[in-house]
Amino acid sequence: MADEKRLQEDLVLSNAPHIRSKDSVKKVMWLVVISLLPVTINSIYLFGYQVLLLIGAAVITAVAAEAAYQFLLKRKITALDGSAALTGLLLAMNVPPHAPVWMVTIGSVFAIIIAKQLFGGIGFNIFNPALAGRAFLMASWPVEMTTTWHPFPSGNVLSSSLPRVQSLSQEAVDTITSATPLGVLKDGPGLLKDLAVAPGQLHEFLFSGEMLKSLFMGNIGGCIGETSALFILIGASFLLYKRIITWHIPVSYIGTVVIIMLMYYLFNDSDMPYQAILFHLLSGGLMLGAFYMATDMVTSPVTARGMIIFGAGCGIITSVIRLWGGYPEGVSYSILLMNAAVPLIDRLTKPRVFGTEKN
Amino acid sequence: MLLKTFKGGIHPPGHKKLSRDKPFVNLSIPHRCYIPLQQHIGKPAVPLVEVDDIVEEGQMIGRADGFISANVHASIPGRVVEITDYPTVYSEHGQCVVIEAEGSFSSSGKNVESRNWEELSSDELMNLVHEAGITGMGGAAFPTAVKLSPPEHREIDTFVVNGAECEPYLTVDDMLMQTYPDEIIEGIRITLKILKINKAAIGIEKNKPEAIKAISKAIENGNFNETIELHPLPVKYPQGAEKQLIYTILKREVPSGELPLDVGVVVNNVGTIFAMREAVLFGKPLIERYLTVTGSIVKNPGNYKVRIGARITDIIEECGGLTGKPAKVIMGGPMCGLALNHMETSVVKGTSGVLILGQDEVAIHDYSPCIRCGRCVAACPMQLMPNELGNAVEKQRYDIAETLHPFDCIMCGSCTYVCPSKRPLSHFIKLAQVTFSAKR
Repeated sequence: MADEKRLQEDLVLSNAPHIRSKDSVKKVMWLVVISLLPVTINSIYLFGYQVLLLIGAAVITAVAAEAAYQFLLKRKITALDGSAALTGLLLAMNVPPHAPVWMVTIGSVFAIIIAKQLFGGIGFNIFNPALAGRAFLMASWPVEMTTTWHPFPSGNVLSSSLPRVQSLSQEAVDTITSATPLGVLKDGPGLLKDLAVAPGQLHEFLFSGEMLKSLFMGNIGGCIGETSALFILIGASFLLYKRIITWHIPVSYIGTVVIIMLMYYLFNDSDMPYQAILFHLLSGGLMLGAFYMATDMVTSPVTARGMIIFGAGCGIITSVIRLWGGYPEGVSYSILLMNAAVPLIDRLTKPRVFGTEKN
Repeated sequence: MLLKTFKGGIHPPGHKKLSRDKPFVNLSIPHRCYIPLQQHIGKPAVPLVEVDDIVEEGQMIGRADGFISANVHASIPGRVVEITDYPTVYSEHGQCVVIEAEGSFSSSGKNVESRNWEELSSDELMNLVHEAGITGMGGAAFPTAVKLSPPEHREIDTFVVNGAECEPYLTVDDMLMQTYPDEIIEGIRITLKILKINKAAIGIEKNKPEAIKAISKAIENGNFNETIELHPLPVKYPQGAEKQLIYTILKREVPSGELPLDVGVVVNNVGTIFAMREAVLFGKPLIERYLTVTGSIVKNPGNYKVRIGARITDIIEECGGLTGKPAKVIMGGPMCGLALNHMETSVVKGTSGVLILGQDEVAIHDYSPCIRCGRCVAACPMQLMPNELGNAVEKQRYDIAETLHPFDCIMCGSCTYVCPSKRPLSHFIKLAQVTFSAKR
């Protein structure tokens, strides 16, 4: 239904305003997809061509699932508006580089049909569809989701810098290199107990300059789109410049993690508190989560104050899971949990209407 | 916290280049004028003439009816050929006095001796403004005399002059301030005398440096620095909206549901002030006005002096015609203006511009569900939640809409402008306002 009508003399009659900004849902969605190109290309370079296959499968399945659903329910087909493609792409960004293609395909279908369309389609879903898809895969195929990391046979930071940490046996090195840095941080002491590695030694290795450099560039274990902070920041700068995302959520999210980690490591008398904070910022899905997942418009608050609260909530939950929880990483669950709080946050952060007292 | 300017707002493309540097041109007198008796907020004027009457230029043909109303005058000399309903800018059926030109022009072209207004009392000045049928010329067309007579118990301390002209495309106020700065300053002084106060503040958006220079020089020359402050304003739509203008200049918030006079302020547009001065000095009724005729398909866009009651078709023809097929004809600017369905609609006192949009400039948008991007919330200069208002109205949940302050909406259109889902948000809010008004 259009809000305008053509009347006699062929003049268009409508309420003001008579001009509109050039931005559309389609443009916004495709621009986000485009902003993920650097990350995508870098991940293909780092992890190999099977990544392209995974991304392709996820994107095509998402678009096809949306089109099929809308066709079957005789709805207007909007599968090419970019939002389904973006969901597929982001889901692929959130699985390990050697995950099976069938699994990603199922994840895409779940994300589009269960997490998005059953809630009413674009604009009505409560949870970020890509993250809901990831959570579904984590619950269904935990082994595939947590062990199919890229092995990096040679020349990567883990294998080259590890021997410099004294008295670390080859066995210990193998244990460490087969996981993600956050996984090593969480499970390392337990895994390595028999191998006579002291926790201090582990920290010395994890928080080293080489490790941080790798986390920045991306040549390290992790999900397809999350390993390189640099390329995520390139894409994010583009989105900020285009005003598709605002600073509120990423800054409050990352800022909260920094504050909590700073307190934790200072309180725990760590030798390298600042390196530890950098490690937490660059590792895992924090960058991807803060700039791409938490900023999803549909599932985040609409007011600036709400966005800041939302980001802070994500930061708190992420830090708590990482420091004291059972999982090595908490980004996706923190965002999903905060998604559920969005209606409440929106209600509590209604702006004060001009000319009224505080409401 | 005090901000430099109001919260929210948008930056639509200005398109002012089309007409910005075009000096005023007098359009020739139209052969026929269609003069609506309702050109203002309030009750329509009561006709004082009958068909076949011969009227002089400037003769009163409609008398103000009641307190909130305004007199209407003949824009051209001639014979009344019809008094009947025509589509006007404000309604499909508005009573119009149609005058066909005949006879001689009594006032145009002649030098009329001016009154020494400084010898007149506040009430006498006010009466001249009332007689001349002056209304707000920025768009809303509120009878000026009513605005200038606040209730006794209201203490007015500042007269705010609106030279912001934040609407895209429009340049008439800019040109008026450049061309007649001294006259505008004199008009401000007359208004101050009527209001019995001695502080005025004039706000002009910074994208009008020539106007700012001219007005500042006029203040300087007359040595009125003590009474008239000049405020160059940040360029942001809707900077010229009354409440936003008052906030930016004086940092006062007009309370919800109240008027500027509730915070001690009266606001007038520069065009109104210019017309008021002519009414006071020369006894000249409001029968002509300056306006911008613009749009990419207008052959000679520019700033013109036009008789009230002249039809848009005649005006466009005078401006060299159109170079393409019009898709939308708008009276006023593109953000707040009214779309017309007849090119025969006539210019009224509140017509600040005529904007013609071509076929490729008007898109008919299908709208889609809100994606909760929050741009409308960030853009709303009243800090409403247009997204939620729109959703509530769309689902006809007026009970929800009622709690979201629909009557605080100033209909600036910023939310609709920014919405990527192309939702007609201000339209929805208007619908809520109309629905609630009908219920009351």
